[in-house]
Amino acid sequence: MPLGQLFLELGAVILALALVGRAAGRLGITPIPLYLLAGIGLGALFHLGDAPEEFIHTGAEIGAVLLLFTLGLEYTSQELRDNLHAHRRMGLLDLALNFTPGLIAGVLLGFTPLAAVLLGGVTYLTSSGIASKILADLGRLGNRETPVILAVCVIEDVVMAAYLPVVAALLIGGTLVAIGVNLMVALGAFALAFFLALRYGHVLSRVMNVESDEALLLGVLGLVLLVAGIADLLKVSAAIGAFLVGIALSGEVADRARHQIEPLRNLFAAVFFVFFGLQLNLASVPDVLLPATLLALVTSVTKFIVGWRGAARAGVQARGRFRAGTTLIPRGEFSILIAGLGLGIAPSLGPLAAVYVLLTAMIGPVLTRFDAQLVPLLERKKQQAPAG
Amino acid sequence: MVKLDETALPGVGVRYDFDGRYGKRVGVITHRDGRREIFVSRRDDPDACAMSIVLADDESEAVADLLGGSAVTRRMSQSMQDIEGLAMDWLPFEPSSPYAGRPLGETMMRTRTGASIVAIMRDGHAIPAPGPDFPLQAGDTVVVVGTPNGVTRAAQLLNGTFSG
Repeated sequence: MPLGQLFLELGAVILALALVGRAAGRLGITPIPLYLLAGIGLGALFHLGDAPEEFIHTGAEIGAVLLLFTLGLEYTSQELRDNLHAHRRMGLLDLALNFTPGLIAGVLLGFTPLAAVLLGGVTYLTSSGIASKILADLGRLGNRETPVILAVCVIEDVVMAAYLPVVAALLIGGTLVAIGVNLMVALGAFALAFFLALRYGHVLSRVMNVESDEALLLGVLGLVLLVAGIADLLKVSAAIGAFLVGIALSGEVADRARHQIEPLRNLFAAVFFVFFGLQLNLASVPDVLLPATLLALVTSVTKFIVGWRGAARAGVQARGRFRAGTTLIPRGEFSILIAGLGLGIAPSLGPLAAVYVLLTAMIGPVLTRFDAQLVPLLERKKQQAPAG
Repeated sequence: MVKLDETALPGVGVRYDFDGRYGKRVGVITHRDGRREIFVSRRDDPDACAMSIVLADDESEAVADLLGGSAVTRRMSQSMQDIEGLAMDWLPFEPSSPYAGRPLGETMMRTRTGASIVAIMRDGHAIPAPGPDFPLQAGDTVVVVGTPNGVTRAAQLLNGTFSG
């Protein structure tokens, strides 16, 4: 196809995303679900040529890698250690309450065990991106419940880093022996890389920290893609390789890399959501509407409980507990990423996850805004009910 | 002294806050990119922020000045960063000190501890480079520069527990 047409179509897609993003800003909601919708709309209304499809596909993969890389950059290894230690119990409660509904739903829907495990991952992970955006937008960073919310996000991200390589190895399938070997290789590579990142991250950070911004951007991006490629060849999943590079880089180089990579990440992450929407088959949405809604309701309650309990342990009052519970409800980028892994083994996982993410990403931010109005209602209910 | 609580906010920065004397929680978040955010809690909901103000690096320095930090000490501390092994401390001058109301020269600070008094903070003002006949008053803060060890000894000298 001629170059002109490729540019025309890509430009139109990206421009549509810009409009959607502006609309999201107006409404004060996160653009992620809207990007998904834009992708679904594109897939339904237009037929893109092969070349833009190709670009969007590759861009989506890069988007997933950059999402995880910047997530790894956010945390220092010290923060990971401290958090895992201090909030073990809350992390376990969170895992038990939020992984299980997805798992059970998967079994009830007749998924294969592996697809059910994937659905568990979809319902488990709060979107740290949406949560931190809510906190920043509503000026709640100084609130007492905020450290609890962030701690839950950190623990989940670490759990995900171990979960993804395992699932990736299982997805390859084959005989039991082959699966076992793949699993060992994946986990071994992950453990080694994690150890190296924690131990020698500062050395890498020094080496990567060059004077020129341009060289830094190229160096970091090159390294991330290289490690992601190696991780993928080792069946660990590319995104996790990128996550570990993010963990390894710290200090000044991490700050600079974040600034440099952020615009790229924003572009490719948006492409990633569009691609996911594009792949969805609209005809399959009505079938998953009911299970997705039920799942969204159930897991909104379970997340709410985690936030409420965690904030209560931190000595926060009812209103703050409510805010913590509601801020944790939205699922987002990583739920989509996990669902994307399983499209091959359970086609309905895609639309299910998409509708589910749409719902939770709307429910959480809306509820959390109205803490002042809703908490008195809760309290009154409690007083009416016998104390328990 | 105000009791500051320090809380790490993973991915954001660090939060410092204290329960203010006038019934509200007040705090500062230092973001990783150097921005500072001052916030104050709500009266009806002490866990939440009623208001927060985000300040750039230079703005937060200006506000700190207005609130009684001093330009002198900041300039000092900036140049200090380049000198290895040099410590600087703000020592509260207690009324119980043997030197209360005495001129500064009587402490023989430099001779006895190797540390120098570079400024006195009084009523929110800094008096840079006070002379030897400058009288010390209870409630002053004495800014001392020297080796870490010397600064410790200077603190002992001022509160009367110095032996050496």
